[in-house]
Amino acid sequence: MSSIEERVKKIIIEQLGVTEAQVTNDASFVDDLGADSLDTVELVMALEEEFECEIPDEDAEKITTVQGAIDYVTAHLG
Amino acid sequence: MNLEQQIALVTGASRGIGRAIALELGRLGATVVGTATSETGAQAISAYLAEAGAKGCGMVLNVTDPVSIEAVVKAVGSDFGAPTILVNNAGITRDNLLMRMKDEEWDEIITTNLSSVYRLSKAVIRGMMKARQGRIITVGSVVGSTGNPGQTNYAAAKAGLLGFTKSLAREIGSRGITVNAVAPGFIDTDMTRALPAEQREALVRSIPLERLGAPEDIAHAVAFLASPQAAYITGETLHVNGGMYMP
Ligand SMILES: NC(=O)c1ccc[n+]([C@@H]2O[C@H](COP(=O)([O-])OP(=O)(O)OC[C@H]3O[C@@H](n4cnc5c(N)ncnc54)[C@H](OP(=O)(O)O)[C@@H]3O)[C@@H](O)[C@H]2O)c1
Repeated sequence: MSSIEERVKKIIIEQLGVTEAQVTNDASFVDDLGADSLDTVELVMALEEEFECEIPDEDAEKITTVQGAIDYVTAHLG
Repeated sequence: MNLEQQIALVTGASRGIGRAIALELGRLGATVVGTATSETGAQAISAYLAEAGAKGCGMVLNVTDPVSIEAVVKAVGSDFGAPTILVNNAGITRDNLLMRMKDEEWDEIITTNLSSVYRLSKAVIRGMMKARQGRIITVGSVVGSTGNPGQTNYAAAKAGLLGFTKSLAREIGSRGITVNAVAPGFIDTDMTRALPAEQREALVRSIPLERLGAPEDIAHAVAFLASPQAAYITGETLHVNGGMYMP
């Protein structure tokens, strides 16, 4: 079993087509990883599927960084 | 043209244009779910698809009900797989002069003919984004471009869906999904049979090809836009009207 952090980072790498080195915890999807608004929507969709949860739109809008995604999943799982 | 492996959702497929579209997509190999507002209508769709040797079935859908939309999209997904082709065809008329128009007549048209396009497109788009392919085709009307007395509500909805189509085409083009409209002229269905004979004759005189269109004329245009051959066409309106309106 890999940790939440590893699973989140793996999804970000796949969805945004970036390298592991780029996915630092403080990286912003839009500013650092070159995501556009549609990419961020898809990223949230992928997180929902990986962690079998539903992320409401209000929350999704606030997930803008790698750490933000990790924190959200950690707080809302289990 | 071949639509093998494609899963098509066609709204309002119990009769008229929608029925012709469902049959044509089925003939080209797609699995087709056609919708009707009643259980008997849905059964009749299953029956005509089976008789034509097409894959798929009929389902009950009320496009004005978000819960119904969600349920149908889910059922298509679990029975056949996520839709790769959506044809927004269901539509109604509530004609009246603006000075006499009731709020209900306005609202019913906007909900049935325009908001349904928003809801259904939104419901299928997740699957299409994941598949990195998809076709959304909405049936508009020549009236959305020309206007027509007695149809301020209908024309507003039909023009509105063209703006929707162009915007969505821009939003999701990068994911390999195309979004287009087909705008029929006057087609021989229940909708136009409701018009007085005199008005129908006057209409035919205004059509260079001198006849009403057949539902199949629209179905062929929809099938083309759904096909791989139309992969580079998006945000477009295909007018199929015998020449009565030339943009
Ligand atoms: N005929 C024309 O000349 C013409 C011209 C331009 C554009 N159009 C457009 O083409 C499309 C089809 O027209 P048509 O002439 O084939 O119409 P039609 O023969 O009157 O059939 C309408 C279809 O829409 C379905 N429908 C109606 N209300 C619905 C609702 N609330 N939820 C789900 N389905 C609903 C009906 O289902 P039920 O059978 O269960 O009632 C039926 O299958 C419409 O969008 C229309 O505006 C038609």
